[in-house]
Amino acid sequence: MAKLKSVKEFEKLHKQLTGKKNPKKPSIAVCAGTGCVALGATGVVDAFKKEIKRMKLSEKVELLITGCHGFCERGVVVLLRPEGILYQRVKPADVPEILEKTILNNEIIERLLYEDTVTGKKIVHEKDIPFYKHQDRLIFGSNNQINPTSIDDYISIGGYSALARVLSDMKPEAVVDVINKSGLRGRGGGGFPTGKKWEYCRRAEGDIKYVIINADEGDPGAYMDRSILEGNPHSVLEGLIIGAYAVESTEGYIYVRQEYPLALEHFTTALDAARKYGFLGKNILGSGMNFDVKIARGGGAFVCGESTALMASIEGRVGEPRAKHFHTVERGLHESPTVLNNVETWANVPVIINKGWEWFSEIGTDRSKGTKIFSLVGKVNNTGLVEVPMGTTLRQIIFDIGGGIQNNKKFKAVQTGGPSGGVVPESLLDLPVDFERLTEAGSMMGSGGMIVMDENNCMVDVAKYFVDFLKDESCGKCTPCREGLIQMSEILKDITEGNGKEGDLELLEELSWVMTETSLCALGASAAFPFLSTLRYFRDEYEVHIKEKRCPAHVCKALITYTINAKKCTGCTLCALKCPQDAISGEKKALHEIDQSKCIKCGICVDACKFDAVIVD
Amino acid sequence: MVKFTLNDRDYEVEDGKTILEVALENGVKIPTLCYHKDLTSYGACRLCMVEIIDGARPGLQASCTYKVSDGLVVKTDTERVKKTRDIVFELLLARCPDSEKLTKLAEEYGITKSRIEWKDKGKCILCGLCVRACAEVSQRNAINFAFRGIERQVNTPFKRISQICIGCGACAYVCPTGAIEIEEAD
Ligand SMILES: Cc1cc2nc3c(=O)[nH]c(=O)nc-3n(C[C@H](O)[C@H](O)[C@H](O)COP(=O)(O)O)c2cc1C
Repeated sequence: MAKLKSVKEFEKLHKQLTGKKNPKKPSIAVCAGTGCVALGATGVVDAFKKEIKRMKLSEKVELLITGCHGFCERGVVVLLRPEGILYQRVKPADVPEILEKTILNNEIIERLLYEDTVTGKKIVHEKDIPFYKHQDRLIFGSNNQINPTSIDDYISIGGYSALARVLSDMKPEAVVDVINKSGLRGRGGGGFPTGKKWEYCRRAEGDIKYVIINADEGDPGAYMDRSILEGNPHSVLEGLIIGAYAVESTEGYIYVRQEYPLALEHFTTALDAARKYGFLGKNILGSGMNFDVKIARGGGAFVCGESTALMASIEGRVGEPRAKHFHTVERGLHESPTVLNNVETWANVPVIINKGWEWFSEIGTDRSKGTKIFSLVGKVNNTGLVEVPMGTTLRQIIFDIGGGIQNNKKFKAVQTGGPSGGVVPESLLDLPVDFERLTEAGSMMGSGGMIVMDENNCMVDVAKYFVDFLKDESCGKCTPCREGLIQMSEILKDITEGNGKEGDLELLEELSWVMTETSLCALGASAAFPFLSTLRYFRDEYEVHIKEKRCPAHVCKALITYTINAKKCTGCTLCALKCPQDAISGEKKALHEIDQSKCIKCGICVDACKFDAVIVD
Repeated sequence: MVKFTLNDRDYEVEDGKTILEVALENGVKIPTLCYHKDLTSYGACRLCMVEIIDGARPGLQASCTYKVSDGLVVKTDTERVKKTRDIVFELLLARCPDSEKLTKLAEEYGITKSRIEWKDKGKCILCGLCVRACAEVSQRNAINFAFRGIERQVNTPFKRISQICIGCGACAYVCPTGAIEIEEAD
């Protein structure tokens, strides 16, 4: 691997690498993102390696170990090209059969195909599976085409050509202009126009300027940033280098949480490879630009994702926010002008440069352009990572792509925007998802978490969960956030335990208001949203908890009891056998009974009973 | 020089001052617990919130960290300011009902009792004046914040007896709630 000294040399390499590719050659792309690894991808990869060797197929077929394909519910996912056949829930034992039947004899293995949850039909090709069919994977689509540890793979699909173009044809101002016109807004939560941020930083005075990738991703259940870094690290790095060129920065950082070992490993590999080719370092592609990137590892504090806390943490200080009376674009890291963007924001940059701002700004809604990756989790059939154009409705995401609610239960609400987001009820399912519309609905885009909830989710419990999360993650610097959250948490705890009293909701509302108005940073200022939005749409549920001491969703343990219906119980003894507390007694073929003093309300008896005889109320 | 309006009166002051500084110099009362004129502003207690009527960041802002600028219009006594301040007092009182200085300050603003009860009572309101005094005046850095959220506390590294503390007492001197006591060593 020799250093590329000019854009010409890069173009030559690009031609060489694309020329080497034979699109007709069969390839097997095994998803080895963290989700699929948890489901056994490493074993599947090993089996493929072993079998390919044993069957002497290495000339005939290419094995590609890739990052996340998004369809995490169905891992381990294996994609066979050129046909585009998708096998799901693949186990190492399936591997010899895949090679023998499908690769050698073009035979489809029915068992491994995806079965449509609605029609029950088996679907052969990835592109026809509803989960993929309704997506528009601008950013995430390359994940299944490349080995993330190979810079050549990335170059062969057009990687670094945006950088080459910028360096050879565009002035820094022109780059800022393109990003401005594209309408790209930050994907880290705030939705701030990226071009504006770059422009302010460009204009700010400073001997040195910094560009930073925010890969702190602390929202529970969100993992799109991790999956981009794991699956396509160079796309983020290329975006960062272009940003550095635009604002004339010589030093970049990636702030990545300690809990993301694979992302860190792949990004480190990417940095090394980029240095060898000369995309980083001195005189990049002969353009005179100097730039390099350092890695800063976070300890996994949620608040360290906040811009000023993140910069304090990089400097080696305690990660706590400061008042933002001057902006980080003017005085950020080490008091110098700094551009901080989210992983997904950076990954959009090369796409915009390659395809043009006109093209990009056609996608999405009037004020939110492009696509957004959501992590669709909770009570939905197809959990995974989903990329759709802004403006796609919640219904399309949850029902068309997500395949609807698990076990045919009823949809109740979807929580969007991470811990400081809010819930959106069924009546708003046709809401087109963009920055403004979600905010109007009392929630927010946040970084793209989407937790689907069904009739068995209690909204008070949901609010309590997020308030408790934020209580634990508050840095504790300012009074309203630190003290307000602990008070909210205590009151919500009382309500879920049957100790709610009149005036609780009013006090919670007052605390929410004060936290929103007076907190130092956005963590405290948005910490009341989970409470406020559940109250807005599910006030009656709160009232039933407080006044009638009931939990309609049967979640709050202090408010429910388990009993056995004498008419339905057949005395099969199964519940008694399964009960971990020995709380159920009864003779064979006689009515069973639950000892309330021993019952911990775990629900195992409900699942065990084949006659629906256990009543929860 | 900067021209701006505070509580309907026009002021012309030097560049770089905070709203709180100008207010205190001119006898405009704003309560605060984490501010000291000789230490860096920290913006933690949130008692000094004022309302920016016209300016770059309208709404409630901490006056100890917000710098005055041309054309800024500020009020210290709007309903919004008063109501939020009352609740911030209540939150602090719930935490530190035994702190005399806090109770006295709260009384001055008409708050005598908190509706909120809290079990972990103490005197420290985590204003951080002691930490800054130790770092900026005594230049020892013997104490700092440890832990986060409601667990947050001021302490020495690893809660061990500090080898670098010189016993100057600056921390106890600036503490607004009397939470730090000085003991004679043998
Ligand atoms: C408490 C808190 C946590 C945050 N966590 C993250 C995070 O994990 N990742 C991220 O990109 N932005 C996070 N942000 C937003 C950042 O402060 C910042 O707005 C963002 O990184 C800017 O990049 P963007 O314009 O590309 O979105 C967080 C903000 C707050 C207040």
